[in-house]
Amino acid sequence: MRYWDKAIETIQPEELEKLQVKRLQETIKRACHVPFYQHRLQEAGISADDITKTSDIKNLPFTKKQDLREGYPFGFFAVPLKEIVRIHTTSGTTGKPTVVGYTKGDLDNWSDLIARNLTMIGLSDDDIFQNMVNYGMFTGGLGFHYGAEKAGLTTIPSATGNTKRQIEMIHDFCVTAIHCTPSYALHLAEVAEELQIPLDSLKTGIFGAEPWSDQMRTELEEKLRVTAFDSYGMSELYGPGVAFECPEHNGLHIWHDSFLVEIIDPATGEPLGPNERGELVITPLTKEAMPLLRYRTGDITMLLDDVCPCGRGRKIARFTGRSDDMLVIRGINVFPSQIEHVLLSIPEVAGSYMVYVDRVNHMDEMIIEVEINRQFFSGELADLKTIRERIQRALRDVLELRTNVRLVEPGSLPRFEGKAKRVIDRREKM
Amino acid sequence: MEKESYLIKQVSLFSENKPGRLATMAKAFLDEGINIKAFSIAEADGFGVIRVLVDKTREAYDKLAELGFNVAYTDVIAVIMRDEPGGLYEIAQTLANASINIEYSYAYSGKDKAVLILRVDHVEEAIEHILNAGFNLVRQQEFL
Repeated sequence: MRYWDKAIETIQPEELEKLQVKRLQETIKRACHVPFYQHRLQEAGISADDITKTSDIKNLPFTKKQDLREGYPFGFFAVPLKEIVRIHTTSGTTGKPTVVGYTKGDLDNWSDLIARNLTMIGLSDDDIFQNMVNYGMFTGGLGFHYGAEKAGLTTIPSATGNTKRQIEMIHDFCVTAIHCTPSYALHLAEVAEELQIPLDSLKTGIFGAEPWSDQMRTELEEKLRVTAFDSYGMSELYGPGVAFECPEHNGLHIWHDSFLVEIIDPATGEPLGPNERGELVITPLTKEAMPLLRYRTGDITMLLDDVCPCGRGRKIARFTGRSDDMLVIRGINVFPSQIEHVLLSIPEVAGSYMVYVDRVNHMDEMIIEVEINRQFFSGELADLKTIRERIQRALRDVLELRTNVRLVEPGSLPRFEGKAKRVIDRREKM
Repeated sequence: MEKESYLIKQVSLFSENKPGRLATMAKAFLDEGINIKAFSIAEADGFGVIRVLVDKTREAYDKLAELGFNVAYTDVIAVIMRDEPGGLYEIAQTLANASINIEYSYAYSGKDKAVLILRVDHVEEAIEHILNAGFNLVRQQEFL
């Protein structure tokens, strides 16, 4: 078993507790540079000095995604912009994205976590790594890129798109490890088969950004002949690298020196014990630019009780869903409220709409049925097509996702009394 | 104006492409005693526009709107064609010479005559050129 940083990866509980308390205190102090936290901590009547053990964290206020959105753009930065060297964004619940910033120290810590993960799954400077995720504002691209370089891997920033070229590179460059969404990996496997290009050099597949089932693991491992590893993270917590499967494939190691983990009942906020499923709440312990206290991830998992033979710390179970209504479409987070926001801003659209999510040939497809506003029907088919294209473009601009908009007759969509159920996820449940 | 008398009001319906929509429209016409003189359907990825010329245009529009259809009037013209080889060519060429674009068109060929229904970009010019070339246009009341 190889380690990137053996001392910290195998730290013993007593020592870990001390380190976590120290880092939690530092994090609270950093958070005090953010007006939002200043007020919240004042309200709660608590300061860094009141923390003497990690369980004291229950006295701190939660942070929700909505809070971050209200801080748009730089309201959650705890350091002057001068010290921020990178900005990423992630989809927000409505029109505006959530902005995350990084200091040089943050980028160093983040790439270190990725290097830990890659080393943990057996990758090294002997490997050729193709990173097939978005290299823009999405943290998966640059996050993995710098971590992989740090760990010494030969890194190919192939990003997304052009599946044929991706396959040719894997073949021609003898790529040994890939990172992408699990659904894209299945698509890739099928295209490679059609093109009759063997991908024999592959041995490791890292799959993240969307939840995937054990059945999908079997399929991925059979079709690509790789060992599949689950990767978890989110932009608010640097990005990918927060938790990762080790070769035991029995839960994900979450890096306790960097993230203080709680599992809560999403309805009541009450803490849950080991093996009890609930919402993952994380307080990052080393973030400088954007410290967060008790961040509600919305992801459902549980803390596992068993000791891992690899010698690293406590694991969390693979993720099974969300506590809110966020959808993950082709690895991209989508809030139904974003869709509603876009549709309501287009005058040709009448009030009602429905969203259907399907998986077609392993790829997620989002169909949005939209009622057009009566008064905008000119009688011309060409005008209807223009309206449809305009809606698709507006959605694409906000969601960064291609959608399939279907215009339907006014009055034909269901009307809801009380809470509307406008999103139907028809993908097979895990 | 003389030219305006040649404008024919087509009833255009927005319809999803799903079973029963055409039947619903046709049943409404049956109930109201409305006769269809010509019609066509244009389709685009799940939805379409049904275009009809009827004897009682206003009644058709009102009835369809009452049934919840999204309806609009569209001005078209109807040219009488020679019902023999070259009939369509003469008219199409006349419009081409005048640089008038046909947005869409449909036709019917009956016992006594063949009629080409046209939706064009410059309707008044189209009427002028068609009349000057010696063709006859059908007036709305002739559909009654």
